[in-house]
Amino acid sequence: MSSTQKYRGFRLPRKQYITERIIRGLLFGSGILSIFVTISIVVILVLESSKFFGYEDVSLIKFLTDTQWTPLFADKHFGIMPLLVGTLMVAFIALLVALPLGLLSAIYLSEYAKRNVRSFLKPLLEILAGIPTVVYGYFALVTVTPFLQKLIPGLGVFNALSAGMVMGIMILPMVSSLSEDAIRVVPQSLRNASTALGATKFETTTKVVVPASLSGIVSAFILAASRAIGETMIVAIAAGMNPTLTFSPFNSVETMTAYIVQVSLGDTPVGTLEYQSLFAVGMALFVMTLFFNLISHLVVKRYREVYQ
Amino acid sequence: MSSLNISSRENQELFPGKPTRSLGENNSTIERSHRYGTIFKWVAVGAASIAVAVLAVLLFDIFTDGAGRVNWEFFQNYPSRHPEGAGIKSALYGSIWVIVFTVIISLPLGIGAAFYLEEFAPKNRLTEIININIANLAAVPSIVYGILGLALFVRAFSLGRSVLAGAFTMGLLILPIIIIASREAIRGVPSSVREASMGLGATKWQTVRHHVFPQAFPGILTGTILALSRAVGETAPLIMIGALTFVPFVPGNIESLSDVLSDPLALITFAPFDGFTVLPIQIFNWVSRPEAAFHVAAAAAIVVLLAILLSMNALAIFLRYRFEKKGPQNR
Repeated sequence: MSSTQKYRGFRLPRKQYITERIIRGLLFGSGILSIFVTISIVVILVLESSKFFGYEDVSLIKFLTDTQWTPLFADKHFGIMPLLVGTLMVAFIALLVALPLGLLSAIYLSEYAKRNVRSFLKPLLEILAGIPTVVYGYFALVTVTPFLQKLIPGLGVFNALSAGMVMGIMILPMVSSLSEDAIRVVPQSLRNASTALGATKFETTTKVVVPASLSGIVSAFILAASRAIGETMIVAIAAGMNPTLTFSPFNSVETMTAYIVQVSLGDTPVGTLEYQSLFAVGMALFVMTLFFNLISHLVVKRYREVYQ
Repeated sequence: MSSLNISSRENQELFPGKPTRSLGENNSTIERSHRYGTIFKWVAVGAASIAVAVLAVLLFDIFTDGAGRVNWEFFQNYPSRHPEGAGIKSALYGSIWVIVFTVIISLPLGIGAAFYLEEFAPKNRLTEIININIANLAAVPSIVYGILGLALFVRAFSLGRSVLAGAFTMGLLILPIIIIASREAIRGVPSSVREASMGLGATKWQTVRHHVFPQAFPGILTGTILALSRAVGETAPLIMIGALTFVPFVPGNIESLSDVLSDPLALITFAPFDGFTVLPIQIFNWVSRPEAAFHVAAAAAIVVLLAILLSMNALAIFLRYRFEKKGPQNR
């Protein structure tokens, strides 16, 4: 009789027992890896930004309140405000495009479209989602901006408007597919009940279906905002690298992500103040997107309508 | 009911000059809401078609700009200061190298994590934290992964700006996507399969290896291909860790099969630690230049990149289609 050992309530031969334990350990290792990834991201950002804030001309308060961002000039200012405003403005324009179009597309796909139209449109939206952002950047700079320049005289080659609009197209598939998922789980009985009370399809859609799926839709919107804030290549190509504090979408701006790209493209030596500023901006970006992601997660968790 | 169905125009004819009231008002409300309904429907149709229209314009534009530039020399030439002679050789080879290593790194880890979470993980606090964490990682901006790769792989592990550092960064970037897609596929395997296997005395691992994994495999493959197509197009993290300045060589100087045969060791000892560039970075480089001729080269490189991505997507859709046809219980 070979020795046996208990594993999850079963007696197994020793060899099998060892195999089970090793495999389980390996799989657990890959499962837990994601936590290590998160921890290393946070540790790196905190460590490296603390070096940044350790410089004598830099302080957290100045970082948050100064209205100038001139790290590559002789007269250095490190106020994240221009980058933040640039980021939020481009993201806002993107959301102006993506939210209505995405929501309406989702409603059309789930409530109105015939089966064959749907099976044709969905893959097309997936293609739109699969296009690399550098291609969208090219599209913004080479196609959209010249077109906008015809409509708006005096519009610069690099501007927030063009980048934002194209970014809106980029996040549209995400908005529509997440919203559609939310709309789809609204049970048919709610639609039937509404129709039976004499509501038209329009009334059923806008007054019953959309409100019932609102938590999912809102969460999709927030995730889209987070994606827009973190998007890099479109803004690096089409929005310019001009960190001035402006609220006009016709101006060239610089976003946080574009600044990070700018620094890593240049020959900034490791360990200098400019180099460390990259991590501080990255930290601000990470904190912002994490905040949005958590809110989106909470919205779904807190307000999800549970249907039987 | 039939009296309610008098439209307001009929009402007007019956009582000329009289404003429509009570019943009539009711009618016009219904009519108005039907009119709104129709308008709304067409607005929704319009919104959905804008996406399609933009896609069409984008593809048309890029193909008219760049397709003529795609020829054999374009694949054979290194990038150059002269836009006419510039090619994508180093970028194409670099992309292939990075993707191959990304697969090697992320696939076992991603599938392993998915199996752990679906089949082995106890329902406790730690598992829940891992779950939330993976969802969050999937939504972390890709450039943050670039920062991670720069600090961790390029500097801490001193891999330098190498293929391997790029592949590790990309591997971590697509790990959450692979995990989420694989879990989806594993969940699709009916529990009766597991119960039958366990009932016959198989251990958990035997059940997973011989029954769950083969059945979930097509779904895992589909998800992985989609995740990889994301990695192929991803630019920002590699800009952070890779060198963008022009790269006039291919990793390990391995250009053909004969190079591999004459020095097979270079495949693992030299090439992974070599500098590199990838297609999206080459595109970014060309787009950022003011000369229009470089924009044409960029469009041509985009044509190549999109061709690669669309064929990967087509493969994934084809696999999903075959998978769905196999059995309804697998959904």
